[in-house]
Order: sequence, then structure tokens, then C-alpha cells
Amino acid sequence: MTMPPHPTDATGEAAALVEDRSEAAADGSAMAAATAIAGRSPARAAWMRLRRDKVSLVALTVSVLFILVAVGAPLLSSLGGWGPITPDNNAINPDTGNYPIGSFGGISLNHLLGVEPGTGYDLFARIIYGMRTSLLVGFLSAVLSTVVGVVVGLTAGYFGGWIDTLLSRIMDVMLAFPQLLFIIALTPVIQNSLQTNEHGGTNENLRLLVLVLNISVFAWAYTARLVRGQVLSLREREFVDAARIMGAGWQHILFRQLLPNIWAPILISFALAVPANISTEAALSYLGVGVVPPAPDLGSLLSDSAQWFLQDPTYLFIPGILLLILVLALNLLGDGVRDALDPRANRS
Amino acid sequence: MLRYLIRRLLAAAVILLVISMITFFIFFALPSNPALLACGKTCSPSRLLEIKHSLGLDQSITTQYWEFFKGLFVGRDYGDASLIVHCHAPCLGISFQTDTPVLDTLLQDFPVDLSLALGAAVVFLILGVGLGVLAAVRKGRAADKIAVGAALVGVSLQIYFVGLLLMYVFVDKFSILPTPNYTPITQDPVAWFQGLILPWATLVILFLALYTRLSRSSMLEVLGEDYIRTARAKGLPARTVIIKHGLRAAITPIVTIFGMDLGSLIGGSAVITESVFGINGIGKLAVDSVTNSDLPVILGTTLFAATFIVLANVVVDMVYGIIDPRVRLA
Repeated sequence: MTMPPHPTDATGEAAALVEDRSEAAADGSAMAAATAIAGRSPARAAWMRLRRDKVSLVALTVSVLFILVAVGAPLLSSLGGWGPITPDNNAINPDTGNYPIGSFGGISLNHLLGVEPGTGYDLFARIIYGMRTSLLVGFLSAVLSTVVGVVVGLTAGYFGGWIDTLLSRIMDVMLAFPQLLFIIALTPVIQNSLQTNEHGGTNENLRLLVLVLNISVFAWAYTARLVRGQVLSLREREFVDAARIMGAGWQHILFRQLLPNIWAPILISFALAVPANISTEAALSYLGVGVVPPAPDLGSLLSDSAQWFLQDPTYLFIPGILLLILVLALNLLGDGVRDALDPRANRS
Repeated sequence: MLRYLIRRLLAAAVILLVISMITFFIFFALPSNPALLACGKTCSPSRLLEIKHSLGLDQSITTQYWEFFKGLFVGRDYGDASLIVHCHAPCLGISFQTDTPVLDTLLQDFPVDLSLALGAAVVFLILGVGLGVLAAVRKGRAADKIAVGAALVGVSLQIYFVGLLLMYVFVDKFSILPTPNYTPITQDPVAWFQGLILPWATLVILFLALYTRLSRSSMLEVLGEDYIRTARAKGLPARTVIIKHGLRAAITPIVTIFGMDLGSLIGGSAVITESVFGINGIGKLAVDSVTNSDLPVILGTTLFAATFIVLANVVVDMVYGIIDPRVRLA
């Protein structure tokens, strides 16, 4: 597929073992194997294809690992002994302008990934909490935009007429927005207006919610257009006519007849939306309008590193490379999902 | 053709109108109190009222929008008897911070974005399509795998990380290049080029990956068509088959995306690149105006960028009809 697979790859071997076992289970009998193949559901077939692709398997493993780290961030950081916003004043040197003590940004047994210059926060804790933010915002906004996009797309495609015209025009407007500029402008405005209604303080969860909403505000239009196109080509098919003749209501036709037929493109667009949203979130935080310090976030870490990287390049490299690995793994997984669900496309 | 163009331009105008309304209502209706922002830190209540009045903020939101809309065509005057700022048509409002018309600031920054966008776009289009075609022709072999792998890494890279990395290596560590800045090309072409190399490189790395992926998959699809097999079967040289028969058909989706990307880049969407390198283009202006809560500038940059995106859409559809004879416009 995308990268030359390593024959000695541990995960690949594991996959091969699993394959062997399933073959053994088929009893070596050609008949049994044939019936097993005939009985595979599309989801199972796709899973088999995904599992056979070594790169996707590695990507899946890495993604799951990142998710586990993000979920277990409080536990892991308490094991490390430092929270994301507990300064360690012994790790930075005030005489050198608060640069970390020791080489490579102060990496030691005490601080696995070093410390943040200036503040003395533990980078390991900040990065795992930052991944939590990234993944949370990435997944939630992908879920939200996919749900809205699917509902709008189904409605526009199925009902047609003025409903379709109206919804399609709305999609046109959304897609013509200079999205990044607009999200940059909108996020602080909404965050500030919400804060004045609250207790005047910074509510971190509220900030994340605003981020999720703002990223989804535009993303749904892409899914909606995709789904609408699929529905337009499906709704004249015989099985839809048959359902209608049998007296099925529109809810049944939309959600029970049409939706199951287009779940593959929806899942593909969802899988690719997650890394894209993570990038958007990090970019917003980089520009200072997403998650703001001292709340931990990979984008704002990188933004902060700009003023230190001459003396402390480690502080730039570690969050940057980890963010790259995270997004790359999710992108590879998304590509793998696409190839598995749509084998005819033959992209690899 | 002309009727189609007029219809498309009208539709574009409607979309821009809607965008201007949405943006205006969101930014001026949310409780962020523009007058207080314009007034600054040393603000007395009477001064606040004055400012409210001179900016027209004491009127209803619909009246305010109408004034804004009228200003687009006939211009408008801000301020009271003591100080009047005239904002000529098309007026996008005046900045709270500098009291200058927003459009003047935008036009002043525009050459920056134009240089940045055009310079990068030429490189990433040619390289991206070239690499994509190469990968498609050598599908499954080493060249393809390297190109695809590199493209996937490129797509996953964060643009500011690339920018900071390039800055670190070329400016700070080895001092090969000057700190990126913008010098007008008319003033000093060499400085213009040197100052923009790193921003261009950053944009190229980001977009190159996208265009390699896109042209590879588009080319693969075309190369699987029957007429390509026919062309090969009748003994045409491989180069002719790939360039004349293959690329010609594969280029259409690429042109669409390229037009949109170029439009949004020219309109100021290179926000991150500009702020990483501290280049004062429209994107940086937008981010700064957000930090200063300068609402008229936020509104202005959004509309300016949207205009370019919408126009790029129209141009792409026109070009489409020329390069793909199957899509003759009604």
C-alpha cells in the first residue's frame, strides 16, 4: 500500500498467525471454506481485507495506543508524578532565562519528555493531556458533522424539490466560506460571549465544546453533499420502489432502506474527518484561538516552542513529531478503511 | 456561454450577499460590545456613547446592516463634526484600531498574498502533477511507493511545524537565508525572492502532498479506461498515451481543486504560514484583528476571502468547459 511493508514486522506476523488459525478452523476442507466465504457479511469482508493490510494494521495499533494513552492520561500522569500544570521549579534554571536544566530539554527519569521552558511544566503530562484534547475534539466534531451531514444529505436527496434546492443552496454558502479565517474569527467571539454569561472565568469544557461546534459548522456540508449524491443515484432503484409500494413510510425508506446502502462512503469520510479535525484544532490552538495555555494542547505547545527553539529544539520536536505520528496513523487507518470498504477502487 | 457566465455571476453575488449577512449578524449581534472595543482601555461612559453613535451602533442591527450594505456601493462617512473619516465605495467599514478604511488595508496587503499564492501554486501544481503521474505510471513499484508514502506524511504534517522547522534549520541554525519578510518585487526582486523562499517551501510541502495523491488517483482511474488500452494497442508511443490521452482527461478534477485552492490562497487563507513567518498578509491581518477584536477588519477579511473563493468557483467552471469538451455549458 503506502509504505513498503517490513516482512519481519511483529504485527504482520501476528496477523499471519491469526490467518493460520482461521484456516485451521476451516478444517482444511474446501467445502467448509467455500460456505464460510459465502456467509461473510460485507462488514466482515471489509474487516478481513483491512486485517490483511499490514500498514493499516500498524496504523490501527498505533491509533488504539494513542487513544488508550489519551483515555488513561490522568492515570499515566499520576504515575509519572507530575500533573500537566504543576511546575517543577528545580527543573528550570532562572539564571539562563528559565531554560530546562540538562540536555535535550531536561529529559530525565523524573521528566520523561523533558520540561517546558519558562514554566517548568512536565512535558510528558502536557503532551498526553494534549492528545486527550486532540482526540476528543477530533472525534466529537467528526461525529457531529457526520450525523448532521447524513441527515441533511438524506433529506435533500430523497425529498428533492424545494427542500433539496434550499438545502443545496445552504451547502453552497457553507462551502464558499473562507472556513479557517471564519473559524479563527468566530471561536474567540463565541468563547468570550459565553464566558460573560458564566461566572466570568474560563470554563475549559465550554471552550472545547465551542471548538467542536465551530469545526463541525462547516464540515457537515461536505458529508451532506456526498450523501445527497449517493441518495440521488439510489432513490430511483427498484428496492426503494418496492418498499414504497409495500406502504413503507419515509422514515423507513430513509433509515432502513437507503442508509444501510451508503454506510461505506459515510464511514470513509468519517475516518478521514478525524485526522483533519485534529489538524484544524491544533492549528486553531497554534494561532491562539483554540485551547489556551496553561490548558495543555499540542497546537499551543508548538506555538509556544517558537520562542524557545534556538536553545531548546527538543521542545519543538517532541510535540511536533508526536502530533505527526498521531495524524499520520489516523490518516493511514482512514486510507485502509477506504481500501477495505471499496476494493474495486484499486487505489493501492 | 455569456448567458451562463452572467447567471453564474449573479448566483455568486447572491452567495456573497448571504455570507456578508451571516458574518455581519454573527459579529455585530453577539454580546461582544464593539463600541467598548473601539473605545479602548481609558474609556469614559460619555465617550462610549459618542463612539456608539459615530459608529452607528446605537441603531438596530438591521439598520446597521443596511448602512453597511449601502456603503458597499456609495461609500459612507464615519465620525462626528470634529473628525470625519470618509470611507469611499466599496466601503467595508473602518478599522476600530487604526481608523482607516478596511479595504485600503486589505489592498495594501494584497500583493503579499498574491506573491505568496502564485509563487507556491506554480511549483506545487507542476511538481504535484508530475509526481502523481509518475507514481500512477509506475504503480506498485518503488517510485510509486516512495511518492505515496511521502505524500501521506506530507498530508499529515502540520504546516506550522514545517514552517518552524524550516526556520530553525535555514535561518537560525545555519543562517543560509534571511528571516522571511516581504519586500515588494518592484522594489528589490532579489530580496522579494529570498524573503519568500521559506513561506513558499512551506506551502509547497503541504500542497505538493495533496496534489500528488489527487493526480495519482485521477490518473490511475483514467489509465484503466478502455480508450487508453486502445491507444496502447494501436502502437502509440507510451509518452503520447500518458500525456495526450491520459493526462488530458485526468487533469479536469485537478483543475477544479487547483482553482479553489488558488482562489482561497490569494484571498488570504495562508493564515498559518503568514503568522509562522510573521509576514504581514491578509491572513495575518485576520488573526491580528481577531486578537484586537477589530470587528470591521474581521468582517472585511472574511468577505474579501469569500469573494475570491466564489470567483474562483466561477472561473473553474468556465475553464472546465474549455478543457473538457464533454462539459459544454448550457
